[in-house]
Amino acid sequence: MSTVRRRLVPYFLMGPGLVWLILFFVVPLYFMGRLALESGTLATGFEFTWEFANFTDSFDRFDEQFVRSFVYAGVATVIALLIAYPLAYAIAFRGGRWKNALLLAVVAPFFTTYLIRTIAWTTILSDDSVIVDVLKAVGLLGDEGRLLATPTAVIAGLVYNFLPFMVLPIYSSLERIDVRLIEAAKDLYASARVAFWKVTLPLSMPGVVAGTLLTFIPAAGDYVNAFFLGSINQSMIGNRIQSLYLMELDYPTAAALSFILMAAILAVVVVYIRFAGAEALMGDEGEQRA
Amino acid sequence: MDGTAADPRAANGAGSTPSVSLRGVSKAFGDFVAVQEMDLDIAQGEFFTMLGPSGCGKTTTLRMIAGFEEPTTGQIFIDGQSVEDLPAHKRPTNTVFQSYALFPHLSVGENVAFGLKRKGVPKDEIDRRVREELERVGLAQHINRKPSQLSGGMQQRVALARALVNLPKVLLLDEPLGALDLKLRKGLQIELKRIQREVGITFIYVTHDQEEALTMSDRIAVMNEGRIEQCDAPVAVYEKPATTFVAGFIGVSNLMPAVVEHVNGTRARVRLDAGIEIEAENNGLQTGDRCHAVVRPEKLRIDARDGTPPDGWPRVDGVVESSVYLGTSTQIVVRLAGDVPMTVLVPNSDERERNRLPGGGADVRLSWAPEHIHLVRESGTAPAAAAQREPETQIAQEATTQ
Repeated sequence: MSTVRRRLVPYFLMGPGLVWLILFFVVPLYFMGRLALESGTLATGFEFTWEFANFTDSFDRFDEQFVRSFVYAGVATVIALLIAYPLAYAIAFRGGRWKNALLLAVVAPFFTTYLIRTIAWTTILSDDSVIVDVLKAVGLLGDEGRLLATPTAVIAGLVYNFLPFMVLPIYSSLERIDVRLIEAAKDLYASARVAFWKVTLPLSMPGVVAGTLLTFIPAAGDYVNAFFLGSINQSMIGNRIQSLYLMELDYPTAAALSFILMAAILAVVVVYIRFAGAEALMGDEGEQRA
Repeated sequence: MDGTAADPRAANGAGSTPSVSLRGVSKAFGDFVAVQEMDLDIAQGEFFTMLGPSGCGKTTTLRMIAGFEEPTTGQIFIDGQSVEDLPAHKRPTNTVFQSYALFPHLSVGENVAFGLKRKGVPKDEIDRRVREELERVGLAQHINRKPSQLSGGMQQRVALARALVNLPKVLLLDEPLGALDLKLRKGLQIELKRIQREVGITFIYVTHDQEEALTMSDRIAVMNEGRIEQCDAPVAVYEKPATTFVAGFIGVSNLMPAVVEHVNGTRARVRLDAGIEIEAENNGLQTGDRCHAVVRPEKLRIDARDGTPPDGWPRVDGVVESSVYLGTSTQIVVRLAGDVPMTVLVPNSDERERNRLPGGGADVRLSWAPEHIHLVRESGTAPAAAAQREPETQIAQEATTQ
């Protein structure tokens, strides 16, 4: 009796999460998949016809936006990493009693909604903003140059909005490093620089991998930054999906595009984890099981 | 401080430069003084132990030698060279950390190879030396494992191999056996001593375990509140403690309060508060000084009140407070007049003898051979530092010539 109950406990614990996943992920995914294979227009009505051409046609139509999405997301992820790592390092090793205050400052932007923050950037980057004036004064921007409606603006928005997702995992993996390991490296003739490359960086890789995934995945599917900070020339795949659904009411194409995006992100992530090593993502535990 | 003491190269003459010298080294963390004005010479190839309770400054001293902390004042010399301007990674020292501090992302072999790689040793030589070192500590078959897959004792051996493979001039060990259980610790103590003899490297060992210190060391520095209370060979530290702190920290202390009646060269006559007068080797005391007379528990003889100790043995009377069977011996606590507790250890070599031992409440007489009593100063009333330093350098010299 009790052994039976004990065996069932894990399933009970999994229950709520499982129900949630089925209701809000598997079921919608099924309807989306069905929708992606329908044909017709809103006027004539949609019909399920195994219309696989939706996938190839929509990709052919929007391949430019696909490539752009991945390039923007990739560049934004790299820039965010370059900003976040030193920041997380400073907080973890030099933060002292200010650690918590500094971490709070990192997540403080979340107290304002995503949309408001992004719209605020339109002011910051607008043609008569101080930043544009300064860039023109120092010659980094031509007289006719502007920031708004450029790839720079969209990427800057993506970096800004997803930076905390990069900082926090890196911080938490750096924070866990035993400082005696760094002392041990120095004891074994490693200079501060070598100790960083040989000990600190490898041990913080789980945070780097988690942070880059948490930044890249939402950035690749984002449409808010391109919508407010870019023009039609900077539109990303998210913008296309949004307008197909809400303006053109071409549901099958929009659904097919969503599927392609999902598959593409999945492929990129799988390759990346293979390359970065699942060990890094799972830490010591993963190593032991491997 | 005179000229000879200030320069460690001159201190012991040419050819016997101390491996490590400290000159007036102090370390303060804010208001807290961890190490006070320490002077020390450690001979080449010596197994030197710093022993003391936590917070006595022993680990701080070790970290200053390693280069992890900078002395607030004073200088450290390794092989006669000041290491003031050398950061940790350029010092000819290696450390075995208390928590091992093995790199979790590297294999056992990569851990051991870490220092050699940084030095730019050729790859085939690294492979050979790593293998040899792991064989020495009995872990050659685990070269490809990760540290987390090894037991605590094995991790400790990897840490030792990782330090020794670099052939440092000085090996620093910070309570390396502290995290292990007693049985493992005993085995590793003997192994450490064997390895030290084999490689001939100077070992500076930090511990709070007096037994560990007595087992392995050539010399022990007993530390308290940032100062060295006594620095001597294990036998001397145990048999002739210099202060009440040393007497109490190493072994069970039987401290009988006394006052110095008369000093005659190297001998002193003291009157114990228990009422008798004895003569013992003087320990820098002067007539009228308060001091304590120490006799180790296993040196005491216990008789009934009307018993007759051997001729010429000083004797004091007391009452048995408790008697505890300890397996190899019986421990009897006797309270003397003036509320002075004395511990007596009687070996359980004869069952009939043991059954005749007095029980609680019995009136007894304690006695000891005259050479087994020793006078100690009250801790904190140390004589001039210079007077204490001299014998230290002498012993360092002896250790070198051995």
